[in-house]
Amino acid sequence: MSGTQDDLYDDHILDHFESPYHKGHLPQPTCSHSDRNPICGDQITVELLVDEHDVVKEAFFDGKGCAISQASASILCEAIEGKTLQELRDFQAQNMLDLLKVRLTASRQKCGLLGFKVLKTMLYTLDEQREPASSG
Amino acid sequence: MTTISSDFDVESVRRDFPILHQRLLGDVPLVYLDTAATAHKPRSVVAKVVECFEQYNSNVHRGIHQLGDRMTTELELAREKVQHFIGAGSSDEIVFTSGTTMSLNMVAHGWARKFLKPGDEILLNSMEHHANLVPWQLAAAATGASLKYIPLTDDGRLDLTTLDQLLTPRTKLLAVTAMSNVLGTINPVAELAERAHAVGALICVDAAQSVPHLTTNVRSPQIDFLAFSGHKLYGPTGIGVLYARRQLLEAMDPFLAGGHMIREVFLDSSTWADPPAKFEAGTCPFIEAVGLGAAIDYVQHIGLSQISHYEHLLSVRAHEQLAQVPGVKIHGPSVEHKGAILSFTVDGVHPHDLSDLLDRRGVAIRAGHHCTMPLHELLNLTATARASLAFYNTMEEVDALAEAVRAARQVFRLK
Ligand SMILES: Cc1ncc(COP(=O)(O)O)c(C=O)c1O
Repeated sequence: MSGTQDDLYDDHILDHFESPYHKGHLPQPTCSHSDRNPICGDQITVELLVDEHDVVKEAFFDGKGCAISQASASILCEAIEGKTLQELRDFQAQNMLDLLKVRLTASRQKCGLLGFKVLKTMLYTLDEQREPASSG
Repeated sequence: MTTISSDFDVESVRRDFPILHQRLLGDVPLVYLDTAATAHKPRSVVAKVVECFEQYNSNVHRGIHQLGDRMTTELELAREKVQHFIGAGSSDEIVFTSGTTMSLNMVAHGWARKFLKPGDEILLNSMEHHANLVPWQLAAAATGASLKYIPLTDDGRLDLTTLDQLLTPRTKLLAVTAMSNVLGTINPVAELAERAHAVGALICVDAAQSVPHLTTNVRSPQIDFLAFSGHKLYGPTGIGVLYARRQLLEAMDPFLAGGHMIREVFLDSSTWADPPAKFEAGTCPFIEAVGLGAAIDYVQHIGLSQISHYEHLLSVRAHEQLAQVPGVKIHGPSVEHKGAILSFTVDGVHPHDLSDLLDRRGVAIRAGHHCTMPLHELLNLTATARASLAFYNTMEEVDALAEAVRAARQVFRLK
């Protein structure tokens, strides 16, 4: 059996959970967003510092919750630094799940995709805010 | 370790529950410790439901034919079983509902919205399940009544030291759970009923967790409203009970309107049938009700006092075993003040990860807020892991729980 349950808590996930990448806050984020999973209460905030070329200079997260939600937010932050906002818009849930390298059951996907969801909502809000500015 | 002796024949009981004898992924045996969420059904309940479907399924109270007669007789027999099981004076005081949630909403609509006025108070506490909290919030908002809360002690019991200040002539209702679905706390319902009545208030008891595990008697102490669910009492889903004293059922407004709940219908008005029909609009889940009757027979055949006694021994063992695992904190009162429910946290392992890891060893527990967000807020936790026990669990299963928690800590590299 490949990608079976017991691989879920593998070193990749546990390392990110124990020593997360960029856990904390940016002094002056360009944008930030928080959300929680109402069922389990897990909570994630993502903050980005974006330069004038729309490139993510730094990504930070903070939050509380299970190893899967916290490790995946850490993996997400590590993966998106250096990417353009357009690349982030193209980044799909499956790409996020691929980054985790473990197979999640349907109920755990909500944990693994919480940070991703926060990022997507943040981009959407950012685009909404920019829209009126650029159009008039 | 304490040696525990019990002549309860758990192996024989387990033979009545086919679902327990399965192996899960990885060929591990199922260890079901989630009865507080829903209980398994003995063969006799399943057989009774199948008998109804196969032999005399027919809508109740209506058809004047043999099947209809038989089905109606079985339904009313089930109502009498519920009546005797909870010590009610008459089977007319037993309303079949879809479950605890529906029963409590019936009281919040049919009674609270009809009788409460601005300035009136409903006394609650923060260990309540959302089902015994949110309906009162809505009723208070609709009537102008306000909500008051009995504080909790640090170990998760009701702190009654200020009850005299909280219970006043403004208090119209005290709504309380007989047993917390999270902490397991057994609340002093008799004392609360007496003190509520002393100021002219009524008491509404959420008995979802207590009815399957402790003897219930609605006449001593005198209970005004009592709600429970069939599925937690080893019966089918979709069926529950509201008990209310006859005068209250007569005074209350109906909740749902439609067929069967009427006496006379005119084009512009109607009059209501007598209780319980007044509260059973539409086709009631009659086969589920008969299944609930069979579940009550089963529980009574084993004996609730035997059940309580054995479950307490299991609970003692579970507390002892879990307490020995490093980093484990069991929330709530000590074992003698509670039912066989353990909500706990493990330092360094989130409850969701824990339940996921336990599941790999076949140990089914629940993680989350268990529909008690205010309680978790008070405990300053977003989630807990909950193991809940029933008389079909064994001492070995309790040991398997502790062992699985140890293994989960190892996965998380905890020493
Ligand atoms: C104490 C308590 N009250 C109410 C309920 C709601 O029961 P049901 O979902 O069957 O309506 C539950 C079940 O989760 C419970 O444990």
